[in-house]
Amino acid sequence: MSEYKNFWVFIESQNGEAKNASLELLSPGKKLADAAGEKLVAVVLGSQVEAAVKAAISYGADEVIKVDSAEYADYSTEGYTYALEQLVNKYKPATILIGATGKGRDLAPRLAGRLKTGLVADCTGLDIDASTGTVLWTRPVYGGKSMASIEIPSARPQIGTVRQGVFKRGEPDTGRSADIIGENISIPAGTIRTSVVEKIAEAAEGAVKLEEADVIVSGGRGLGKPENFSLVKDLADVLGGVVGASRAAVDAGWISHVHQVGQTGKTVGPKLYIACGISGAIQHLAGMSGSDVIIAINRDCDAPIFDIADYGIVGDIKEVLPALTEAIKKLKA
Amino acid sequence: MNILVCIKQVPDIEQIKIDTSKNVMLIEGVPTIVNTFDTYALETAVKVKDADPATKVYVVTMGPEKAKEALKSCLSVGADKAYLVSDSVLADSDTLATSYVLGSAVKAIEASEALSFDLILCGKQAVDGDTAQVGSQLAEYLNYPQITSALEIALDGGKVRAKRETEEGNEVMEAALPAVVTITKTAYEPRYASVKTKMAANRAQIPLLTAADLALDTALVGLNGSAAKVVKTFVPERKKGGVKIQEETGELAADKLTALLSNAGVI
Repeated sequence: MSEYKNFWVFIESQNGEAKNASLELLSPGKKLADAAGEKLVAVVLGSQVEAAVKAAISYGADEVIKVDSAEYADYSTEGYTYALEQLVNKYKPATILIGATGKGRDLAPRLAGRLKTGLVADCTGLDIDASTGTVLWTRPVYGGKSMASIEIPSARPQIGTVRQGVFKRGEPDTGRSADIIGENISIPAGTIRTSVVEKIAEAAEGAVKLEEADVIVSGGRGLGKPENFSLVKDLADVLGGVVGASRAAVDAGWISHVHQVGQTGKTVGPKLYIACGISGAIQHLAGMSGSDVIIAINRDCDAPIFDIADYGIVGDIKEVLPALTEAIKKLKA
Repeated sequence: MNILVCIKQVPDIEQIKIDTSKNVMLIEGVPTIVNTFDTYALETAVKVKDADPATKVYVVTMGPEKAKEALKSCLSVGADKAYLVSDSVLADSDTLATSYVLGSAVKAIEASEALSFDLILCGKQAVDGDTAQVGSQLAEYLNYPQITSALEIALDGGKVRAKRETEEGNEVMEAALPAVVTITKTAYEPRYASVKTKMAANRAQIPLLTAADLALDTALVGLNGSAAKVVKTFVPERKKGGVKIQEETGELAADKLTALLSNAGVI
């Protein structure tokens, strides 16, 4: 176990650019690595990842291990697991942090299974247990009604996926430098047994980046009808935010699932979350309760959403939303 | 076509109350249900059987004796046969240990039924633990390909083709069989049981598989055999004292909120 050292952050990249969900782990990773007296290593896997490598260094990596090959241009569970398995066996990291993105949560369990080690999913808190020196991972369970603190006492590496938006990206320091180790790992033929035969990007909504948004305005069944999502959109626009939705609104066919926040949708942690006509079922709260400031607008003054809201308006969506959009417009003018 | 659906019995989390005076979860006596995502996985399997009646749908769960209720519920909505994996040494297994147990159960059921499973379906995640790990780790244990977060599946010539959710939209992914596919919320709802199917499910024999039956290495299961261990659980501090605005008109309420947000530096 003692031969395992250093903190790794897996840097997920898309078209050579590092994902926010990965970069925001460098700052807490650095703190933990410092506390343990170890190095923070960014592991970049992808194709033409120069920009991602630079970003990882500017956000605090002490060292970068990169595997840069066209073979990794598209994510595959088995290809990425293979490459990471090789790297882990060679470098023996003590800890691996992975952003809890769709790909991260597909990859991490496969990797942990391959390495026969422990994995903690979707963490919202990271600490070092002073008595044991192992990472103390904290995560919500029972839809956020309870929290669990988990440790991986002896298996190494200890792996965790970390919920997006929990840790904020620091300021980049483009003057930093770090050692970059290039590794060539070729995926053996027959390793990847899946293939993507069609990608269906939601054309007009392809740009919905709920996980990376600072402001999210979400609508639920309380909007009354799908057309009222335009009121939600207007408010989101004036705040420079994006539109989210509850599962009820998605199930009703009012808006595409790419907007969905909650247990079956996306987990978000914006600076400001405005829930419009959303009652606050536990499945929805599980996906947004980590937001910095929560505003609820609902006709029903007993709606559970008000229990976790910092500010609430009891009133009719159709009246309140346009008025709020106007008032904010005036304030910003 | 032989399909195995892995299910979990979970507390109905919607009904869990918090004792705010002691800040603890009151989980005692909360009704249990079949994990919601597992009901979509089962319905997905039963739809395959609808289209091809030669298909057999099996279900398996690892859990206490009481988890038989969940298996009976699956039998009442289309599963052909259920197996219960239960043993006190399995309590508090983490996902790695659980996938070892379930993977061993897959092999044991295949041997006892003299068949091999073409497809294994799991719910995307269990709504109590929310880890979304067991499906992938079961695939890894069995050395099968995995497709996670599928919305629908089609089977065709030794392959499974699944439409799955991604952060950018959807994609269609193919995998060679045998494969493990995890199912998210589907467009279709699980079917209901009838009085007749419920009665038949109640009469069904549910074979029990113990750690000994599966020839498990007990050093790799249960709390001691788990790589990840829960150190403590606690109820998070509730936010309280949120400002609630109730005014005559939407305009007055909106102005009041805007002023508050502006003063607090939120906008």
